[in-house]
Amino acid sequence: MAFENLTEKLSRIFKKLRGQARLTESNMDEMLKEIRVALLEADVNYKVVKEFINNVKEKAIGQEVLTKLNPSQMITKIVHDELEALLGGGENEIKYQANKPTVILLVGLQGSGKTTTAGKLAYLMKNKLHKKVLLAAADVYRPAAIEQLEQIAKSVNVPLINKGTNVSPVEIAKEAKQVAFNDHYDVLIIDTAGRIAIDEKLMDELNQIKNEINPDEILLVVDAMSGQDAVNVAKAFNDLLALTGVVITKLDGDARGGAALSIRHMTGVPIKFSGVGEKVSDLDVFHADRMADRILGMGDVMTLVEKVQEEVDEKEAKKTANKMMSGKFGLDDMLAQMKQIQKMGSLGGLLRLIPGMPKITPEQQAAAEKEMRNFQIIIDSMTLEERQNPSIFQYSRKIRVANGCGKQVSDVNRVLKKYDQMKEMMKQMEQYKKTGRMPPGMGGMGGFPRY
Amino acid sequence: MGLISFLKEKFSKKKNENVDSYTEAMAKSRQNFSNRLNALSKKYKKVNQEYFEDLEEILIESDVGVNLTLKIIDEMLQISKEKKITDSEELNELLIDHLFSGYMAKGDNLTEVRFQENGPTVLLVVGVNGVGKTTTIAKLAYRYLQQGKSVLLVAADTFRAGASEQLQIWADRLKIEVVTGPYNSDPSSVAYDGLSKAKKENIDLVIVDVSGRLHNKQYLMDELSKLNRVIGKCIPGAPHETFLIIDATTGQNGVVQAKAFAEICPLTGVVITKMDGTSKGGIILAIRDELGVPVRFIGLGEKMTDLKEFDLESYIYGLCVGE
Repeated sequence: MAFENLTEKLSRIFKKLRGQARLTESNMDEMLKEIRVALLEADVNYKVVKEFINNVKEKAIGQEVLTKLNPSQMITKIVHDELEALLGGGENEIKYQANKPTVILLVGLQGSGKTTTAGKLAYLMKNKLHKKVLLAAADVYRPAAIEQLEQIAKSVNVPLINKGTNVSPVEIAKEAKQVAFNDHYDVLIIDTAGRIAIDEKLMDELNQIKNEINPDEILLVVDAMSGQDAVNVAKAFNDLLALTGVVITKLDGDARGGAALSIRHMTGVPIKFSGVGEKVSDLDVFHADRMADRILGMGDVMTLVEKVQEEVDEKEAKKTANKMMSGKFGLDDMLAQMKQIQKMGSLGGLLRLIPGMPKITPEQQAAAEKEMRNFQIIIDSMTLEERQNPSIFQYSRKIRVANGCGKQVSDVNRVLKKYDQMKEMMKQMEQYKKTGRMPPGMGGMGGFPRY
Repeated sequence: MGLISFLKEKFSKKKNENVDSYTEAMAKSRQNFSNRLNALSKKYKKVNQEYFEDLEEILIESDVGVNLTLKIIDEMLQISKEKKITDSEELNELLIDHLFSGYMAKGDNLTEVRFQENGPTVLLVVGVNGVGKTTTIAKLAYRYLQQGKSVLLVAADTFRAGASEQLQIWADRLKIEVVTGPYNSDPSSVAYDGLSKAKKENIDLVIVDVSGRLHNKQYLMDELSKLNRVIGKCIPGAPHETFLIIDATTGQNGVVQAKAFAEICPLTGVVITKMDGTSKGGIILAIRDELGVPVRFIGLGEKMTDLKEFDLESYIYGLCVGE
């Protein structure tokens, strides 16, 4: 996720403090200096950083800090609270209209991800919130922008208002709204062309669209990689259109996203969604408090839980669980479970949500995912009987399987060892069922390879 | 004579298309930086700590980056002490000198594509999502068509919806051919087809467009690495040029991007897009400082003609000198 570098930085700074019994003026100064550099490197706006540091300093120097037993904990809390305040706090959701279509206008610079976001919003509202969604393509300038939205609309299975490129965006928006009204859509999402904030003609066009259709939501789409100027861009759009929200995109990159967050601070416009990948399902509701946690390296457990709940096919999971409990758990079931986990997206993205695991390199992630693939290849080479009852494996069977899939016997052994581990865990599960106590280190994540 | 007055003099005489479009398109960013720099020298007749704090703010807000900014400030402090310069205007001139020579010292300063004597010259264009790769490719194709070269486009972005259509529209406008593959097909095989065609037809310049990818996605970077190898197998020595496209609005992640891409496919140049906005593009200096890769072109708009050779003098002039 976004802030891992900042997370690492801060935890390193805090580690330095951990050894010290008292928080002194000098060691706090050093820490604040490092926080300042870290925030600036994260593209947090210069002025926001200045305010942030001053606030932290004031609060820290103030009262109990020096008398607290653990000064680094105290500072962690202050920094966390300040970050949360800076991010806006609370949850910010779309307000849906009761008896008419909710009209959402997407605006932003070129390449910030408006069209992709339009598709993701449509997917989210259609599949998660069960809304009747209509898309409208009002980017008549960029070559193939409409084709792009058309393909996305098709993949999300949502109708698209497509008037081609010879109709003015204002007309397209008007007509789309009319259709949304007449055909009783719940939501209309209008994609507009990217524009620079100083292009008066194109900015005026947005203003006209706004005046004509009076959208319920005007969302500014901002690239998480944006630099210091992001705040000025947001101000320009906000001054003209009175934005109702911000969507931060490309948070699956390693940009720390500081600039997008300073927008919240400088304009007061809440961040509503975050884009976390290239698939249509890769859009999350933005949670400021959790983001602050993440910045401080506390992980984002809630997001993880939600993600798991959403993506795991519940029936499939139950089937596996039942088999686990009844002791009829075979290699196929292990594979099914591993696939479930793979379905949740790249393993790396998931692992990074778990607290205490900030240091997994992309190479390690790749290795973990490769391991999963290898498991599948090996299991695919086994007979049905072997899969259902792995205890029949002897050396000759192992050799046959290894030859069959072009692997080594040791690779086959690894699969079987993993299976044994899971079986062992199942026994503990049984124990848990009987005693009501959860064995340590068990969170249903049995499919994760060990590092 | 300091560089700033040298440049002023030079540009007041020199009136060419290049400077004009820089002047026009970058008026906004330039005004900002230079006005502030001017204000700075008025505010602080004599240099003091506040002067450097404000200078730090100006540099950081131009996306020059913390590390490079702190380095520049340190060096400027050193110089001001050594030379006993306390006049802020004089120091401003030294600063510009410093930025200029700092850039020049980091390596060569090419702009135009270096063409092969025999056979097609292959230009690979890479970058993260949404920086303007496809538009830049159209602009580059236009530029070299104007110079009488034959150009072939290869749409190896088989992933993003509408990507090959976008390139196709540009190719139609330019009246050149584009080699595409089916949606979600292997980009390497599209590149292979394109290069084979280029060899057969003896095309001068082949520009390969790949899908935008975040540099921290291992599998996509592996795919790029394979593409790079396939290109080299098809035409030995290719790609002859690999341009990284960077959005001028990019913050400090730009340096990370450049480093990550350079590891996979050695970069021969950077193109900065969207310089017609309000961003100062300070990442230019940061990337040069860290990697030494020259900025080859800058994008100043959405039209085919909106691509200019990067001109360090103009850039620094545009950044630092007031109206």
